[in-house]
Amino acid sequence: MVEKVQMLKEEAMQALQAASNLPELDDWRVKYLGRKGGAVTQLLRSIPELPAEERPAFGQAANELKGFLQERYEARHAELSRPTVEMTEAIDVTLPGRPVNLGRLHLTIQTLREMYAIFGQMGFQVEEWPEVETDLLNFELLNMPPHHPARDMWDTFYVNPKVVLRTHTSPGQIRSMRKHCSDPIRIILPGKCYRYEAVTARSEFMFYQVEGLAVGRRITLADLKGTMVDFARQMFGADREVRFRCSYFPFTEPSVEVDMDCIICGGEGCRVCKHTGWVEICGAGMVHPQVLSNGGYDPDVYSGFAFGMGPERVAMLKHDIDDIRYFYSNDLRFLKQFG
Amino acid sequence: MRVPISWLKDYIDLTLPIEELAERMTLAGLEVGAIEHIGAKWDREKIFVGEIVEVRRHPDADRLTIAVVEYGTGEPMAVVTGAPNIRVGDKGQKVPFATRGSRLIDGHSEELRYFTLKPSKIRGVRSEGMVCSEKELGISDDHEGIMILEDDAPTGVPLQDYMGDTVLELDLTPNLARCFSMVGVAREVAALSSQKCRLGEWPQLSERIGKPSLPWVELEIADPDLCPRYTAALVRDVQIGSSPPWLQRRLTLAGMRPINNIVDVTNYVMLEWGQPLHAFDYDLLRDRDGVTPPSGVPVIIVRRARRAELMTTLDGVGRALSEDTLLITDGGGPVAIAGVMGGLESEVAEKTTNVLIESANFNNISIRRTSQALKIPSEAAARFGRGVPPQLTMIAVERSARLMQELAGGTIEEGIADAYPVRPEVKVVDLTAKEVERILGIALDTEQIVSILESLEFECQVEGGVIRATVPHYRLDVSIPADLIEEVARVYGYDRLPTTLMDDELPPQQRDYSLEGEERVRDILVGCGLTEAITYSLSNLESFAKLDPGGAPPDPADYVKLSNPLTTEREYMRRTLMASLLEAVRDNLRYTERVALFEIGRIYLPQPGQELPDEPRRLAIAMTGPRDRRSWRTEEQRYVDFYDLKGVVETLLDRLGLTAQSFAPVEHPTFRSGGAATIEVADVEIGVFGEVDPKVRTSFDLPAQPVALLELDLEELLAQVEPVRYHRPISRFPAVSQDMSLVVDEHVPAQQLEDLIRRAGGELLVEVTLFDVYRGEPIPPGKKSLAYSLTYRHAEKTLTDRQVAKVHARIAKRLEKEIGARLRE
Ligand SMILES: [Zn+2]
Repeated sequence: MVEKVQMLKEEAMQALQAASNLPELDDWRVKYLGRKGGAVTQLLRSIPELPAEERPAFGQAANELKGFLQERYEARHAELSRPTVEMTEAIDVTLPGRPVNLGRLHLTIQTLREMYAIFGQMGFQVEEWPEVETDLLNFELLNMPPHHPARDMWDTFYVNPKVVLRTHTSPGQIRSMRKHCSDPIRIILPGKCYRYEAVTARSEFMFYQVEGLAVGRRITLADLKGTMVDFARQMFGADREVRFRCSYFPFTEPSVEVDMDCIICGGEGCRVCKHTGWVEICGAGMVHPQVLSNGGYDPDVYSGFAFGMGPERVAMLKHDIDDIRYFYSNDLRFLKQFG
Repeated sequence: MRVPISWLKDYIDLTLPIEELAERMTLAGLEVGAIEHIGAKWDREKIFVGEIVEVRRHPDADRLTIAVVEYGTGEPMAVVTGAPNIRVGDKGQKVPFATRGSRLIDGHSEELRYFTLKPSKIRGVRSEGMVCSEKELGISDDHEGIMILEDDAPTGVPLQDYMGDTVLELDLTPNLARCFSMVGVAREVAALSSQKCRLGEWPQLSERIGKPSLPWVELEIADPDLCPRYTAALVRDVQIGSSPPWLQRRLTLAGMRPINNIVDVTNYVMLEWGQPLHAFDYDLLRDRDGVTPPSGVPVIIVRRARRAELMTTLDGVGRALSEDTLLITDGGGPVAIAGVMGGLESEVAEKTTNVLIESANFNNISIRRTSQALKIPSEAAARFGRGVPPQLTMIAVERSARLMQELAGGTIEEGIADAYPVRPEVKVVDLTAKEVERILGIALDTEQIVSILESLEFECQVEGGVIRATVPHYRLDVSIPADLIEEVARVYGYDRLPTTLMDDELPPQQRDYSLEGEERVRDILVGCGLTEAITYSLSNLESFAKLDPGGAPPDPADYVKLSNPLTTEREYMRRTLMASLLEAVRDNLRYTERVALFEIGRIYLPQPGQELPDEPRRLAIAMTGPRDRRSWRTEEQRYVDFYDLKGVVETLLDRLGLTAQSFAPVEHPTFRSGGAATIEVADVEIGVFGEVDPKVRTSFDLPAQPVALLELDLEELLAQVEPVRYHRPISRFPAVSQDMSLVVDEHVPAQQLEDLIRRAGGELLVEVTLFDVYRGEPIPPGKKSLAYSLTYRHAEKTLTDRQVAKVHARIAKRLEKEIGARLRE
């Protein structure tokens, strides 16, 4: 008897496929699922006539069939109800497509995201700190008491004698150390910085910086070099070379400038690298013992490295942009070239 | 700092080619910003050392002469010159001599202009060569007369061989105060090339170190905190005149202007040793009674200025001094601003015969403050400002006295006066090889470290593995082990440093949902066709005021204001992104007709009782111009309006999972009346948007077309976002859609209608789509028709036609009852 159900199912499914419009589908419904003479209805009605031992199995099969066909019917109904749109005109495939209104991320943000991703793989997490900062954090706790000669390295906007617009993201080193003390730290601190500088092709009074800071019990200058090599190769290409050049920042000791072989000329010498074959990508160094201590870390136990990188500079090198003023003048002809 | 190589060679042998040396120096921290080749353009075949054999009158011109110059050919050449420093009858001077075809600089031109020397006739006399000024050779700007060379200059030798030179231009970081001198640079080069410097090849006078008072001067330091040491020597019976050519040339190459032999010596010794010096006319100094010429001994008192004390400096400027200015005074009053500039009264002049040399040490911060306050950036102040060791005064005073005696004649008075109230301690810093390894990550043995430090003149003693390094007096920058580690690293060579990856414990990793949320908002808006802008955080009150035409002007007290703005354009930190974003729109409309921008950035809100402002993030959007780019497939050009922006807002909220959103009309000065709305999410108002008011538009120079603008509080927005969204099951049963057209009073907001429909529809009503809004015939005036498509579905069964009709009717009835809506046929 169950075979009978199976046969009916096959027959009904074939007929359903054959129904190619709504009236035909309605005929099909009456024929198989009709409340009065429908084949499935009749099947169900025949149950009481069966021997008692066959009834449960047959009943279940018949009910399943009813549910199944009901579902297929609804699906087919939805299918056939859809309006049909047939294109017949010949297509000139060379005509341009309909324009899509596309937006773009700002190049600085795109670059920051690349940096987050690269440093993120090395375990660096992002943290943000204020742009309007105290003189204490921007300078004093970074080993620059008032009138220290090194303050000349940063031309500063003042709000009042005790409050400045941060000239670098480095005050975040102190803030983050104080927040995490004495856990190990691996963070990057992105954000806007400001300098009292005339705007030229090479300098802006507002720009972004990304500070990096790693503090732990076994952090060395060689680790900083490894981190910089890794960054340079992921950001600029696998065969990049990196060198350290002795430099000076009051809050790192030793301090270095990190140079990368010029991506434009490959080290031969060109306009971009001022014919040296090397381009500067960031300033860095081992966190000064006094700064570690200002952050709450015992410099005899902990060591750390820090670096400060300009995403605009990174983007300019990567995309061969020769004027930083493009970044914040927001000309769509510039912004739409990237991403 | 300019370092002429010929001068550097006085102290050290150069074993490397210049380019390689410059690279080594740069890597070791003495950044060579430029290498200047002096005389590289002097053609060796055409420009020579010449000797004047005769000077004749020009037959037709009083101001011209004819110089006959021998330049190694044995056939002297006659040339016409207007130089005032050779006269008829002169003979034997050595001069730079250029022959035809030489490339020279036009001495009369303001700008740098080259010319090729051609034979010419000057007032009837043929001239085939030229005796040159410094300017014509590109050595300096001096075109007063021709350049006179040393008497022993070899006639006929190419000028380039005789006095061509190379100058290294060093960009010194503030810690390299010691390299602000030739000797300092030589010491560094010595350490980098494993040599020793040749210093001090003159007889030492220091055996006769004096006391503060000698028979010829009395020294008194009233403020030893600002002046740890004051040293003076006296040279009598000098003859003021020009310095010899070699000294003038060295000063010029180093970037200073020769003045006279006495002043030039003070500058020369400063360049050599880094110790600024000052020369006083001894006979103009007064004694304690203020008398000059003194009846008693001239006295020098170093003290702070008195309130509003006045003096006239060398440059002839009268200056009112403040109490933190350090002065050099005599019995009569100020004679110099310490370390910054001398006074006019006691200046060395032509009639000076006795010179008192001041070689003193001043507090660097005091000098920096004075130099900055008075805006006098002198060479002396630059050196004092970075720090000069007090040990230098004696070396420099001896060196300069000797040189003056040599170059200006005279005799050095017995003794050196020396007031030295504050003596620096000898610094000893301990270092271990283990500490070097802990910081650098390289294992060096103690001997290697000691040998590096000794090459830098640190005296090292090793006791039980600890290196005790005595710091040379000129290393003001070294005081802790980390400073020594840097010395080790840079001399060892950073290029030899290994490249390792951190093997330290990884900090616990935490997600920053706030930053992630910001990035998500960016991605959603880019998907909506908006391009991201980043505008300046600094602007001006006029720009902010434009957002509120007719309103009260912005109160400066509400803003973070710079005390030293670059321009008044950029004086205040913004409290809104709207102004700068509208400016970005305006700028872009010059090139393109469709602009759709957004910005995410901070605003700056001063808080009472708080040192720093709050810096919440805001989101702003501005859109204007045609909705779509022009194309063959765009049927009709329509302008962006309120509803385009609202679509973006709805998309944003929807993508962030913020379903509890509502919009309410608002009157806001930036937006046109009846054209703005507030955005509420979960009953919190988070922002406002609308079409910009025409007056605002005009004040921002925007064209007469709708400009849709939004600003919302990103912090509030993101605070509403749940980190996780949960799945809602999808019904397997078919949905039924039915349309409903309603006629309502004009003032009924669509949102109210929709809310009512949803409430009346209950669970079965799953979707409400407004697909038409119509006004006009046959709809009566004051009414409007809104047509909705309503979708019904049951979660667990197929709805029957009768069930649907029942709900549909219920909705219509409820609408009629509550707001008088009528079904439209
Ligand atoms: Zn290059």
